[in-house]
Amino acid sequence: MTLPRRGLRAIAALSIAVCLTAACSNSSSTESASTGGGTYNIWDPYPQFDDSSDWVKLLTKCGTDAGVTVKRTGYDTTDLTNKALLAAQQGNSPDVLIVDNPVVSTLAEAGVLNTTENTAGIEPNLLAAGQLDGKSYGIPIGANTLALYYNKKVLDAAKVDPATVKDWASLTAALEKVKAAGKKGITFSAIGTEEGSFQFLPWFWGSGAQLTQLDSAQGVAALTLWTDWLKKGYAPNSVLNNTQTTSWQEFATGDYAFSENGTWQLANAKKAGFEYGIIPIPSQAGGTAPAPTGGEFVTAPVQTDTKRYATTDKLIACLSSSDNALTTDTTLSYVAATAAVQDKQVAANPDLKVWVEAVKAAKGRTSDNLGTKYPKISEPLWNAFQSALSGGKTPADALKAAQTTAASATK
Amino acid sequence: MTRAGAASAAPARAPRRRSPQWAAWAFLAPVVIYLIAFYAYPLYRNLDLSLRHYTVRSFVQGDAPFSGLDNYRTILDNATFWPAFLHTVVFTGVSLLFQFTIGMALAVFFAQNFKLSATLRALFLVPWLLPLIVSASTWSWMLNSDSGVVNFALRSVGIDPVNWLTSPSWALTSVVIANIWIGIPFNLVVLYSGLQAIPSEIYEAAALDGASGWQRFWRVTFPLLRPVSAITLLLGLVYTLKVFDIIWIMTKGGPTDSSTTFATWSYKLGFGTLVPQFGPGAAVGNLLIIMALIFGLLYIRMQRRQVS
Repeated sequence: MTLPRRGLRAIAALSIAVCLTAACSNSSSTESASTGGGTYNIWDPYPQFDDSSDWVKLLTKCGTDAGVTVKRTGYDTTDLTNKALLAAQQGNSPDVLIVDNPVVSTLAEAGVLNTTENTAGIEPNLLAAGQLDGKSYGIPIGANTLALYYNKKVLDAAKVDPATVKDWASLTAALEKVKAAGKKGITFSAIGTEEGSFQFLPWFWGSGAQLTQLDSAQGVAALTLWTDWLKKGYAPNSVLNNTQTTSWQEFATGDYAFSENGTWQLANAKKAGFEYGIIPIPSQAGGTAPAPTGGEFVTAPVQTDTKRYATTDKLIACLSSSDNALTTDTTLSYVAATAAVQDKQVAANPDLKVWVEAVKAAKGRTSDNLGTKYPKISEPLWNAFQSALSGGKTPADALKAAQTTAASATK
Repeated sequence: MTRAGAASAAPARAPRRRSPQWAAWAFLAPVVIYLIAFYAYPLYRNLDLSLRHYTVRSFVQGDAPFSGLDNYRTILDNATFWPAFLHTVVFTGVSLLFQFTIGMALAVFFAQNFKLSATLRALFLVPWLLPLIVSASTWSWMLNSDSGVVNFALRSVGIDPVNWLTSPSWALTSVVIANIWIGIPFNLVVLYSGLQAIPSEIYEAAALDGASGWQRFWRVTFPLLRPVSAITLLLGLVYTLKVFDIIWIMTKGGPTDSSTTFATWSYKLGFGTLVPQFGPGAAVGNLLIIMALIFGLLYIRMQRRQVS
C-alpha cells in the first residue's frame, strides 16, 4: 500500500465504470506483436516516475538486454487492479504486471496470472502474500511496512525515553505522560477503507489475534487499546477520518509524540523540521508486532501466445536481480525482498535498520492462504473499529458483529 | 430532417421514392448510434451486470451465470440496505427543502435590483464554480474535529466542539449542510430567471388591490413560478440522488455506514474493496435509476395535468 490518491481514484472509477458498461465485451483479441523481438508491455503502479527516472531507465535496459523493446505504462495503484482485470477479460494483458501485493491473490484466483518458480532467496514472509494453495504467483519487488515515528522534542519535554516503549503498557504510559505535559499523543489512520485495516493490523496481530477469528479476546484487546486512547484523549478523534497522508500531516505539525506510518514518509520526515526517530510497533506482550507488508509484486499475466513467456521470464529475472533490486528499492524507498540486498541497504543507510527489522516481522494480509477471503474479512474489520471508535458499539460487540459478517461472507 | 435529406439526394438523381428515406436514416444515424452506444448499451450492461453472479474469475472469463434477482436479494438482506435507503431519502429530501427555500428567498431578494445586487448575486455563484473536489475537501478541513475552523469558532464562544465527520449522529448532517451550500446557486439562478418572466403589471395590480408583500409572494409569485419550481426540484432531485463525491471525500460514507447513501454504497461495492462485487454494485445503481425515474414520471404526469 503506497500513498493513495483518493481524488484520482474517483476519476479512475468513473472511467472504468464507463468502460465496464460501454464497450468491454468479450472479444479475445491479441493483436500485439507476437513473435521474437517486438514490443513487450509492462504496467506498473508508479505514475510518479517519468521516462527520465531510474526506474524507467532500468525497464528499458532490461528490455534491451533481452533483445526487445519495452513499452511501459504507469497507472495509479487503485486503478491498476480493475485495469488488469479488464485487460484480462479482453485478452490483452501486459507481459509484465507490477501490482500491489494484496491484489496478487485476487488476480491469481481470476486465472489471470502465471505461477513462478524463481523464488530463491526471497524472504518467505514477503513471498507468502503472493501465494495461493502453495503456488507462488509473483516475486516481491520490495516491501514497505508500518512503524512508529516519534518527535524527539515532544518526548523530551514529557520526559519519555523512546527506548522504554517495548509493549502496549509502556506505550500507553508514554502517551499519558505526553498528554500530561500538554502535548498530543499519537496519530494513525482508522478510516473506513482498506487503508484503515492496514493500520489496525499491527495492533490486531500484535495481540496474537487471527483474521479468521475477529472477536477473539485478543482482538477485543487490540480494539480496546485504540478506543481507550481516543476516550482518554491520547489520540485525536480525527483518526476516524484520517488517511495515512492526513495523519502524517497532523504529526508534521510538531504537536504529536507518535505517528503510525510507513517507509514512504521517510523523505517527508526529513523535511518536517524537527528531530524524529523510528521504533517498531510494539506487540501487546513486548517485542515487534507483525505489521502488514506493503509493496508490489512482479507478475506475469497469462498470454494466448505462450512463446512470449521466455522473454517475459528474462525481463522479470532482470528486474529482480540483486543489483537491479537495490536500485529499484532505493528509488521507491522500499526495503528489499532478499536478505542479501537488505544488508546492502542498511550498510548504505543505517536509518533503514529499523525498517528492515519491521519488514522481517511483517506479514502479508493475504497470507495464511486467506487469499481472496482477506477483503471479505477486512471490510467487516474496518466497520468494527469505526463503530467502536465513534462510540456506536463496544469493542466486543463491534467485533462480534464483524465476525458474523465475515464468517458468512467467506463461507 | 426529411426535407434536408431530399435536398441533398436530389442532385444524385437516385430513384426518387426511396432516397429520401435512406438519406433521412443517414442523417439520423449519428444521433441513433450515439444514443445506443452511450445510453442504451450502458443501461443494458448495467442491468445485465446486476442479473449475473460475478466473481473475479467469471468476470475475466466472461461466463458469469445468470442468477436472476439474486443480487437484489443480496443487497436487500444486507445490513446496510435500510440505513442507506433512509440516508438517501433524508439526504435528498432535506437538501432539496433547504436548497429550494433558501434559493427562492435569495431569488426574491435579488429580484428587487438594488445597488450591488449584481455583485452579491455573483458571489452566491461561487460554490457552483468551484470543482466539487475543492469544495468538499475544504468542508472536510473546516469540519475536522481537532483542527477544523468550525470547532475552533465553537470553542471560542464556549460551546463544546462537535465531531462533525466522525460521530455517527453528526456525519449525515455535515454532508447535508455541505450539499445544501453547493446546491443553493443552482436554485437561485433558475428561480431568479423564472421571476424575471413574471410581468410586473400583475404586481402593480396586486399592489393596487392592497395586497401586502407576503400576500404578493404567496398569491402571485409562488403560483406563477410553479412550472419553474417543478423543474428546479426535479433537476435538483436527480442531481442530489446521485451525489457521490461530496460524501466520499468528506466521510467515505462512514463512520460505519452512518452517512452511506445508495450512491456511495454502489461505488463501495463495485470499486471500494480489493475484490470488486460488480453484481450487487450494479443492482444498487439500478435502484437509484429507478428512484429517479419514478420522480421523473411523476413530473411528467403533473405537467400533463397542468396543461389539461
